[in-house]
Amino acid sequence: MENLSTLIHLDYTLMIVAIGAALLGTVSGALGTYAVLRRQSLLGDAISHAALPGIAIAFLLTGSKTPLILVLGAAIAGWLGTLLIMSIVRLTRIKYDSALAIVLSTFFGFGLVLHTLIQRTGNANQAGLDTFLFGQAATILERDVLTIGILGGIALIVMLVFWKELKLLVFDEGFAASIGLPIRTLDVLLTSLLVIAIVLGLQAVGAVLMSAMLVAPAVAARQWTNRLRLMVFLAACFGALAGMSGTIISSTASRIPTGPTIVLCATVIVGISITFAPNRGLVWDRIRQQRHRRNLKMETSRY
Amino acid sequence: MENPQIEIQLIAIVTAAACALPGVFLVLRRMTLMSDAISHAILPGIVLAFFLTESLSSPLLILAAAGTGVLTVLFVELLQRTKLVKEDAAIGLTFPALFSIGVILISRFAGNVHLDMDAVLLGELAIAPLNRLKAFGYDLGPVALYVMGTILVLNLIFILVFYKELKLATFDASLAAALGFAPTLIHYGLMTLVSVTTVGAFDAVGSILVVALIAGPPATAYLMTDRLSRMLILSAIIGSVNAVSGYWLASLFDVSIAGAIATMTLLVFGLIFLVVPNRGLIAIARRHARQKWEFAQTMLVIHLFNHEGLPEAETESAIADLHEHLSWDPTFTTQVVRYALHNRCVSQDAAQLILTEQGRAIAQQALVQ
Repeated sequence: MENLSTLIHLDYTLMIVAIGAALLGTVSGALGTYAVLRRQSLLGDAISHAALPGIAIAFLLTGSKTPLILVLGAAIAGWLGTLLIMSIVRLTRIKYDSALAIVLSTFFGFGLVLHTLIQRTGNANQAGLDTFLFGQAATILERDVLTIGILGGIALIVMLVFWKELKLLVFDEGFAASIGLPIRTLDVLLTSLLVIAIVLGLQAVGAVLMSAMLVAPAVAARQWTNRLRLMVFLAACFGALAGMSGTIISSTASRIPTGPTIVLCATVIVGISITFAPNRGLVWDRIRQQRHRRNLKMETSRY
Repeated sequence: MENPQIEIQLIAIVTAAACALPGVFLVLRRMTLMSDAISHAILPGIVLAFFLTESLSSPLLILAAAGTGVLTVLFVELLQRTKLVKEDAAIGLTFPALFSIGVILISRFAGNVHLDMDAVLLGELAIAPLNRLKAFGYDLGPVALYVMGTILVLNLIFILVFYKELKLATFDASLAAALGFAPTLIHYGLMTLVSVTTVGAFDAVGSILVVALIAGPPATAYLMTDRLSRMLILSAIIGSVNAVSGYWLASLFDVSIAGAIATMTLLVFGLIFLVVPNRGLIAIARRHARQKWEFAQTMLVIHLFNHEGLPEAETESAIADLHEHLSWDPTFTTQVVRYALHNRCVSQDAAQLILTEQGRAIAQQALVQ
């Protein structure tokens, strides 16, 4: 009887974690679509690394480990990092990739400095940094699922409200500017939405792997459709699928970390999409080539 | 200074210089993020080599990791070549996947052996001097210094020998191809170099901060010069300055050395970004301000020129009424008049402004344009 109850209890925890991971996958999948379409796939990587000093400063200022406060610090730092990237690109001849790399690595380094400073004062445990880097999906509680649901939901609603504007921003920035849309503001809005998705995801997959959660579902979805509406929807579904299946797979054996498993699941979805998607996929492409070749042979043999 | 202190700084300098040199080409070729990808993706290579050799200091580890690095580059390009995935997304897909495999391998099979994730990601420069090279009973110094020294020399030789080819392939890849310089070969040579450098450096500073060493100094140098040769030298110098100042910052506050070096990289970059002549923020702001005054002055002399010698000239050039004719703010008008007087474009005759020869020339030129 006791065994049974622990089993049910375990399954319940697993379910909570799986739901949390699926929600995260949904939010980051949908919002990642915009990053991928704007060729800013690695912005997520930069934001997630740049968040570290924010977490450390939030802790130093408040002395509290309340997730909400740390998340707020992470969001502010990630947001500042993105702003810095944008201004470096606008004001100097340094290109986007270098600006990204500098902000990513030096913000992270500064965060590391602050982290060692906190550690030296002795009121923080070593686990903090590991959690930041690799996430700790297993610790997702009902409360966290609620936070993810609410914040992620808000982000998705904002995305839907500004659907038309964001679509224009992604596909024809010049035209959007010419009809008087505030490009800079929209850019900041989109970045802020990404920051929300990333900061929420840090707990599940960690800073190092967060970029994959934004990129992989969107790239997979891209293969199946040419329409933005469908692409966002599919990316959200793929993200949820990866989150759910990754959590379940990692629970089947001991010592398989959840975050990396989720990322590998997302990668498998990308692999399947690239290979088998109709029209764009590799298999489809091969079949088309062969058909062309056959047709050409028939046409030429007639003369 | 004690001996280990000097040794740590030496290792830091050599590492920074070795990273900065290939970094210059990555920055110029817009491939900086490849170093980020490589530094993460080599993890499974290191883990597998570690399982084979059961040692963290085996040279096989460096070879396996460098091999994985080149494989990563190949894989990214393969993905790109399908035309289904753009370059940035290809990088963003490849390295997390490979890194995940590495992490799973470690936690699954290496749980009780010594392969510390923190050391891989963050590095530990402070303990680098503990691992010493010994031969015939003599202590020859820290191993890390020899490893990074060798890599620095390799990088130097590669860049010196292929300087012309690298330069051409970087600035005009199609011309390089047309002239038969095999840009693909140069590209892979460079990528191998980056892989080896990353692997060597990450022992000291970890895989995330390697990116700061590779991207930071070259980007800083890029703000300062237009010549490739100067950019290379400047990058190495800036990298070394960052390394040494970072070390002292770290020992002052007793914090992570690698983190402090990265922080110094950001500070030095910010400083140069602010003060560098012509391209710095201050220079840009001053240029904008000067353009504003020069434009206003031109407007003023054109106004005076238009009415010069005509009956209404007396009222049109009265200093007290100028702001109405030009519809400017009165204080602004006073400032512009002072600016123009200072530049000897106009001269004052009682309450009137009179064009000088120089002012007339400016007005004429502006009107012709």
